[in-house]
Amino acid sequence: MVNFLKTWIGSFQEFLLISARAFSNLIRRPHYKDDIYLQMDIIGVGSVPVVLLTGFFTGGILALQMARALNTYGASSQVGAIVAITLVRELGPVLTAILVAGRNASGMASELGSMKVTEQIDAMRALGTDPVQKLITPRLVATAIMLPCLTAISDTVGLFGAYLVATPLLHIISGSQYWATSWQALVLNDLAQGLIKPFIFGILIALIGCFYGMQTTGGTQGVGRSTTAAVVSASIWIIAVTFLIDKIFVNL
Amino acid sequence: MPGEPILEFSNVNLRYDQTWALRNVSFTVKQGETRVIFGEAGSGKTSLLKAAIGLVGVDSGAIRLYGEEVTALEESKLYNLRGRTGFLFQEGGLFDSLTVGENVEYPIVNRQASEGETTRDGDQIDAKVRETLRFVELEQTFDRPPSALSGGMRRRVGIARAIVTEPPLLLYDSPTAGLDPITANTIMALVAKERDVRNSTSLIVTYRYQDGEIMDDFRYDPEQELLIPLIGEESPKRNRTKFIVMKEGQVVFEGTRHQMQDSQDDYVKKFVRHED
Repeated sequence: MVNFLKTWIGSFQEFLLISARAFSNLIRRPHYKDDIYLQMDIIGVGSVPVVLLTGFFTGGILALQMARALNTYGASSQVGAIVAITLVRELGPVLTAILVAGRNASGMASELGSMKVTEQIDAMRALGTDPVQKLITPRLVATAIMLPCLTAISDTVGLFGAYLVATPLLHIISGSQYWATSWQALVLNDLAQGLIKPFIFGILIALIGCFYGMQTTGGTQGVGRSTTAAVVSASIWIIAVTFLIDKIFVNL
Repeated sequence: MPGEPILEFSNVNLRYDQTWALRNVSFTVKQGETRVIFGEAGSGKTSLLKAAIGLVGVDSGAIRLYGEEVTALEESKLYNLRGRTGFLFQEGGLFDSLTVGENVEYPIVNRQASEGETTRDGDQIDAKVRETLRFVELEQTFDRPPSALSGGMRRRVGIARAIVTEPPLLLYDSPTAGLDPITANTIMALVAKERDVRNSTSLIVTYRYQDGEIMDDFRYDPEQELLIPLIGEESPKRNRTKFIVMKEGQVVFEGTRHQMQDSQDDYVKKFVRHED
């Protein structure tokens, strides 16, 4: 037990050190802008199809379930409001983040892990490049920028999916009423949560994915272990941080 | 300046858990000299090369590279020193997300980025990369990914990447390990050619005694574009190569090839190829 705690504290300390270096590199030259754009393309543009599909169906499922529940209380007209609040505040940011964690934290851990076990990270250091500057900081910036954008896309298609279920499919509310109640239900606090959460999740996903990649040892088996650990760890942190942010915003 | 120390190890110690990687290691390499380092697996050869440029931190002792104390510098301050040193990794250490040309170009672009240069002369860089690939006889691989190359070719691209910025010191980690004898000799011919064309300083970790023999017995003749034997020649190049043998992190032998051949130490004798 003592050894496990020592190992965990040591790893967490290492994680904090790498994170601090990744952030301090934001203001230190050289800046690898091309790498940032490349990662924005891989993480952001590359994730759009999966985000569109899951966002759309999440909205549709929410509308189906809410319509049934709200009908019991004769409040079917509020389906747009409930879906909008749930999607924008919670499901949009969390589901998108978990999807991106599955797709990109794993990608970062396996890519950096492979580089580590094939001496490419050491080669980078030997060539006079800071691997944190070259590999982690661009992924950090790219994920922190792209995840809020992906979440906004997910929320929008989710609302559209819910509209298709509520109006053309179930006929429980008119289109104009659906969009009016959805829009009116959202307040500044909801939108702030909806954008702050993915920004923080983006930072977490990039740092966790890169950290596990950089810690990889033990050949190809080690790469597999790092990839799994990165996705599991990122997913747990996303849920835990959601709780913390909710606690803060509920008290506001 | 010829004869000036480029790399100095003074009582360097490094331990991984209970295993000594480097134990009281001291030696000096002067400009233009070659050190060929032998030793069993796990004897500390690679740790020695990595410690020389601060890729691994040591527990005690001092390492001076180009007159600067590596052991006292922060990681961020070491990048400049490393940028002036060529390092060939055992498997080449090539970036598999880049083409061969981009790999060789990397040190030039990286140095320009570190120096804050915003304009880049693409044609000049391209010409330099092609010239360096021609040096290792692999210009035709410019646009290919490293994964499409054989082990020996990857090693040669690794050499091209290590020498493209013409560093005064080159560190080769087992450049011939796992290669067939013909390819291994081709690699060593390139290492000797690089040493003689640019008068660079080299540290070579190897298991093959023949690698040391090539460095000690031959010089590159740019006119004939061939390695020619030094036997019988009165040349200052003759005594520039020294041999080091490592055992459990310690330097157990340092001297000329002839001294190594005459050694009565059983461990040292294991690395000497005796003619039958």
